[in-house]
Amino acid sequence: MDKIIIPKPKRFKRNLIILSVIFLIVGSGWFAGFNIFEVLTHLYKGGRLLGRMFFPPDFSYIPNIVAPMIETIRMAIVGTAVGAVVALPVAVLAANNFIKTKWLHVPLRVVLNIFRTIPALVLASLFVAVFGSGAFSGVIALSIFTFGLVSKLTYETIEAVDYGQVEALMSLGANKLNVLRYAIMPQIMPQYMSYTLYGFEVNVRAAAVLGYVGAGGIGQIYETNLAWRQFDRVGMIIIFTFFIVLIIDLVSSSIRKRLV
Amino acid sequence: MIEFKNVSKVYANGVKALNNINLKIDEGEFVAIIGLSGAGKSTLLRLINKLIESSGGEVLFEGQSVTKAKGKELINIRRQIGMIFQGFNIVKRMSVLSNVLSGRVAYNPTWKTILGIFPEEDKQIAYRALQRVDIIEKVHNRASDLSGGQQQRVAIARALAQQPKIMLADEPVASLDPITTIQVMDYLKKINVEDGITTIANLHHVDLALKYATRVVGIKAGDIVYDIQMKNVNKEKFFRDLEMVYGRSIQNDDVLGANNG
Ligand SMILES: Nc1ncnc2c1ncn2[C@@H]1O[C@H](COP(=O)(O)OP(=O)(O)OP(=O)(O)O)[C@@H](O)[C@H]1O
Ligand SMILES: [Mg+2]
Repeated sequence: MDKIIIPKPKRFKRNLIILSVIFLIVGSGWFAGFNIFEVLTHLYKGGRLLGRMFFPPDFSYIPNIVAPMIETIRMAIVGTAVGAVVALPVAVLAANNFIKTKWLHVPLRVVLNIFRTIPALVLASLFVAVFGSGAFSGVIALSIFTFGLVSKLTYETIEAVDYGQVEALMSLGANKLNVLRYAIMPQIMPQYMSYTLYGFEVNVRAAAVLGYVGAGGIGQIYETNLAWRQFDRVGMIIIFTFFIVLIIDLVSSSIRKRLV
Repeated sequence: MIEFKNVSKVYANGVKALNNINLKIDEGEFVAIIGLSGAGKSTLLRLINKLIESSGGEVLFEGQSVTKAKGKELINIRRQIGMIFQGFNIVKRMSVLSNVLSGRVAYNPTWKTILGIFPEEDKQIAYRALQRVDIIEKVHNRASDLSGGQQQRVAIARALAQQPKIMLADEPVASLDPITTIQVMDYLKKINVEDGITTIANLHHVDLALKYATRVVGIKAGDIVYDIQMKNVNKEKFFRDLEMVYGRSIQNDDVLGANNG
C-alpha cells in the first residue's frame, strides 16, 4: 500500500504571532522598568508583610467587617438594579433592528461605548468629588458602570434575535410595542438576566475596592486599617472579602448557566 | 378578495422578483402557488400583508389598498390576514397559550396586551383555535418543547385566533416529514372548507397542490405563467403543464409521494 504523506502544516503565521506576543511582553516589562532583582529583594519584605497579615489574621475583627461587607453588597445590588433597569429600554433604542432610524442608535452607541470604557473606580472618584464621600457616590458609579455593560451586551443580543418571530408578530397586526413584548422580550430575557447577574458579580468586586476612593463599603475600612498598619486586620478583611466574593460568584454563575 | 394590479417588486439589491403581476383571488379559494426556488413566491405572499413594500402597482384586500395602508389602517388589514411560515415562527420561549393569545393583540388596547391582559372571550377564542388543530392538551407547555408538526399547529392556531379572512402559508410543510405534512395540510384544508377562510399557500410539492388546492398559480422568474382551476384536472396533464412552470420535467424532489390518496 502506498504511504500517505501529508505535508506539515505551515506554522509560519503561528510562530510569528507567538514571537510578537513574547516581544510585546518583554518590551512592555522593559518599558515599565520591570526589574527581576528588585522583585526578589521586595519579595523578602513582601513575605514579612504577608506573615503579619495572615499568620494569623485578626479573627476578633470579623464583627467589625460584617456591616461594611453588607454595605458593599447592598451597594452592588442597588447599583446593578438601577443600571440594568435603565439599560433595557436604552438597549432597545440602540439596537438597529427595532428602530431603524440611524440618527438615534448611532450616537447612542457611541455614548454607550464611552460609558463602558470608564472603569468603575474612575467613575467613583469622580462622584466622590461631586457628591462627597460615602456609599451614594459608589452606588451611582456602579449604576453607570452596569448600565454601560448591560446595555451594550443587550442591544447586541436584540440585534441577533430570530427575525422570523418578529415578522410573524408583524404579520398578525402587532404594533411596535407588541412586537417588543411578544417577539423580542421573550427571546432576550434570559440573556438580559444573565448579563445583569454578571454585572452584579463584577460590581461586588468593584464595590469592594470603591471604598479606597471614599465611595463607601468594605474598601473604606481596608484603607483605614492599612493606614494604621494593622496588617492582621487587613488580612482578615481580605480573607473575608475573598470568601464572600467567591460564594457570590459561584451562586451567580450557576444561576447564569441555568438561564441560557 | 385579493387583487394584484400591475404589481412589481424590485429588491434594494436590484433583483427583480416580480414583474407586473395581475391576479385576482376570490373568497373561499385554496390557491397553491408553485414555482422554482427564487421564482418570487414568498415575495408575492408578503406583498399581501405588506411585510414588504411593492415597487409598483397596487395590492387590494377587499377593495382596500394594502399598498397605501399605514399605521392603524395597516394593522386593521393585517389582523384579518393570518400567516404561517416554513420555520413556524412561533415564540419558542413563551407558552402555547401566550403564543395563540398573541394572535389577538391587534384587537386589544396596547397597554393591556403589554401587561398580558386578555379578556375572557379572547381566551375562549384561543382555546377553540387550539381545539381546532387538536393541540389543546399542550396549552400550558412551552412552545419550544413541541415537535415541528405541533409547533406548526400552534402557528395555525395563532392565525385562527385572529379570526382571519385569509390564511397565507409560505411553504408551511417544507420543514416537516411526509406524515406530519399530510396532517398539517389536512388542517389547513379543513379550515379552508369549514370556515371558508381563503387560503394561499406556497407549496414545494406539486402533488400536494394537486391534492389540496382548488386553483394552482405557477410563477416563473417573477411572472405568472400558469393559472388553472383544479376541478376535473387530469393528473398527467397537470404534471405536463407544470413542466412549463419549472422549465424542466417533474422530478422525484417535486413530489411528496407519501400519500397521494
Ligand atoms: N430581502 C431580499 N433582498 C434582496 N433580494 C431578495 C430578498 N428576498 C428575496 N430576494 C430575491 O428575490 C427573488 C425572489 O425571491 P422569493 O423569496 O420570492 O422566491 P421564492 O419563490 O419564495 O423562492 P423559495 O422557493 O426559495 O422560497 C430571488 O431571486 C431572491 O434572491
Ligand atoms: Mg420562499
